[in-house]
Amino acid sequence: MRMIIKGGRVVDPEKLDGIMDVYIENDTIAAIIEKKNDSPPFKEDDADRVINAEGCIVAPGLIDMHVHLREPGEEYKESIETGIQAAGAGGFTSICCMPNTKPVNDSKEVTTYILKRAMSLRSVRVFPVAAVSLGLEGEALSEYGELKEAGAVAVTDDGHPVVNSQLMRRAIEYSKSIGIPVISHTEELTLSNGVMNEGPVATRLGLSGIPNAAESIMVMRDIAMAELTGGPVHIAHVSTSESVREIRAAKQRGVPVTAETAPHFFTLTDQSVAEYDTHAKMYPPLRAAKDRRSVCEALADGTIDAIATDHAPHSALEKEVPFDEAANGIIGLETSLPLGLRLVDEGLLTLPQLIEKMSLNPARILGLSAGVRIGGKADLTVIDPSRQYVYHAAEGFSKSRNTPFDGWEMKGRASFTIVDGRIVHEI
Amino acid sequence: MGLSRKDILDIDSLSVDEIQTILDTADGLKEINSRPIKKVPTLRGKTVILFFHEPSTRTRTSFDIAAKRLSADSISISASTSSMVKGETLIDTAKNLEAMSPDIIVLRHASSGAPYLLAKTLSASIINAGDGMHAHPTQALLDMMTVREEKGRLEGLRIAIIGDIAHSRVARSNVAGFTKMGAEVCLAGPPTMIPYGVDTLGAHVTYDMDEAIEGADVVMTLRIQRERQKSFLFPTEREYAKRYGLTPDRLKHIPPDALIMHPGPINRGVEIAPEIADGPYSVILDQVANGVALRMSLLYLLGGGVRNADDH
Ligand SMILES: [Zn+2]
Repeated sequence: MRMIIKGGRVVDPEKLDGIMDVYIENDTIAAIIEKKNDSPPFKEDDADRVINAEGCIVAPGLIDMHVHLREPGEEYKESIETGIQAAGAGGFTSICCMPNTKPVNDSKEVTTYILKRAMSLRSVRVFPVAAVSLGLEGEALSEYGELKEAGAVAVTDDGHPVVNSQLMRRAIEYSKSIGIPVISHTEELTLSNGVMNEGPVATRLGLSGIPNAAESIMVMRDIAMAELTGGPVHIAHVSTSESVREIRAAKQRGVPVTAETAPHFFTLTDQSVAEYDTHAKMYPPLRAAKDRRSVCEALADGTIDAIATDHAPHSALEKEVPFDEAANGIIGLETSLPLGLRLVDEGLLTLPQLIEKMSLNPARILGLSAGVRIGGKADLTVIDPSRQYVYHAAEGFSKSRNTPFDGWEMKGRASFTIVDGRIVHEI
Repeated sequence: MGLSRKDILDIDSLSVDEIQTILDTADGLKEINSRPIKKVPTLRGKTVILFFHEPSTRTRTSFDIAAKRLSADSISISASTSSMVKGETLIDTAKNLEAMSPDIIVLRHASSGAPYLLAKTLSASIINAGDGMHAHPTQALLDMMTVREEKGRLEGLRIAIIGDIAHSRVARSNVAGFTKMGAEVCLAGPPTMIPYGVDTLGAHVTYDMDEAIEGADVVMTLRIQRERQKSFLFPTEREYAKRYGLTPDRLKHIPPDALIMHPGPINRGVEIAPEIADGPYSVILDQVANGVALRMSLLYLLGGGVRNADDH
């Protein structure tokens, strides 16, 4: 199988940025050629597929390090198959799935099941993230050694915080010898018993509020744990100014902490909750305008390393109910890239910065490979940055439609998603 | 005059004119309640469902009497008699109710915003009879009716509301209503009971009760719920009564003709001293009486009843 991606702007943040042709042979990038320079490895006539990428960006395959695939156990919300399709459509060549399935992914068996199922679909790569604690119960460590051997790339109790600080300390310490990073869902449960951001909107709507401190207090604790142990901690879904401030200061001290935020936190504020829109309900909650600004600044200055969707599918059963009864979470795989490109359009990020946060940095944090390199794996996303369209959740690939972005005018989308040299999505 | 709207969900969305229409209509209908035969045929053939997902004998009875005095057929459904206990969702239950073609559904629900969900889904008129901590528009309207009756106006009055503002739908709706009608509202309570950003709703806020009631035309105290002790909102009823209870001692801060109000039910000796609740300036029972007239007004205006001369 030979493929040429012709005339696109090839961007690999650490190495390349220019109009080039990318030659793919089987699953490998065979050559990256600036026009009329080197001789190509094969002629255009010998290619099985020639993609005209003029006006498009040829990027390292995008990686979403925070996805809930719901399989096994809640296939009525999403399955590995539909989640992968949504990921491909969103331009992702790799996704990491969270362990809060039924049963919980705290064992080799569940990790292996997910990997087998994903590989049988020969599409987007799936990297399971296993549980910090058995059953997400916060009482005993799961077997990180065996989980890593089975293919898990990180551990987290996402959906729940690790309440017990001793357990968090030991998890980070123990994971150091195995080389599997700990991802922290930061939430102080005794402060977070509300249903939306604490502030004037919650007060007006009569909904109980979650203060910023419910997040930042645990961010501070986990930074202290990373400092104590010298082991890395990755902070999931950062939403507040205070968390940003603490992570920035910790990084300056040289603490091995990394962080991600989600597109909804740099796009929306708690105003989106009015009037009781359950598609704007998630944990952490949408915050105030000043928090949104802080998150944008943190993306720009590198305090926040990665953009991850926290894709959390729920059916209408969990969302067409009174606000306080509704499940937390929104889908995000098919809207992450266009929302990220808005930051580039607004001048907040450069395109290479966006690609770093959506590909190279998640790869670096999790020890995966990413890049547009000769001899490297042909995982590539071809992005048409000027394509305008209206996003309709009902036309998406995810089984669920819980998104506040339904009906939004979008600009930019993945026109080709290529995994191992195979096109898994094209429009 | 009717109202050109389907639902009454909150006070915020009502215009000054609409509030005036509702209060004027209530004033007019009030007289029916003192007739020997307290019934007019205005809403004959109309069906009103009183869907009380959260128990409330007082509000339900008030709506029930209001509906019956206008000759509407009213049916009460509570959480225990509806199938919601069997796991049916609110929307399912509501769709089932709608299949029986009611004209108006009066909803009381423990979740803020629940009436919006119903109003979006159903074609029947929805009246919010209290949703979570969000709104209690009929209570605010009957409070405004009572104050206007006693003071002759709302504009320029000073209203003090004392107590657990954070958990009070009555406080939220009264702030919206009284400020909309040109009154000034001052909220007071311990900081634990003052929600974040409540000043953005247009009220003054203080932690000092005496400051709040100084020169007030109306002092409204809110019911203190014992359970809130467990969420650390106040130490004991004793300390609360001392710092925020309306006691005879405190009356000296209030002009002699100030009105004393309470949405009920009362914790005597906690938020209000018994002699004040039963005293000459208390309009607590007038509030209850006006509640019926006000709810008749809303049912009438939403139910599209025809009012003939005999109704007066
Ligand atoms: Zn999480």
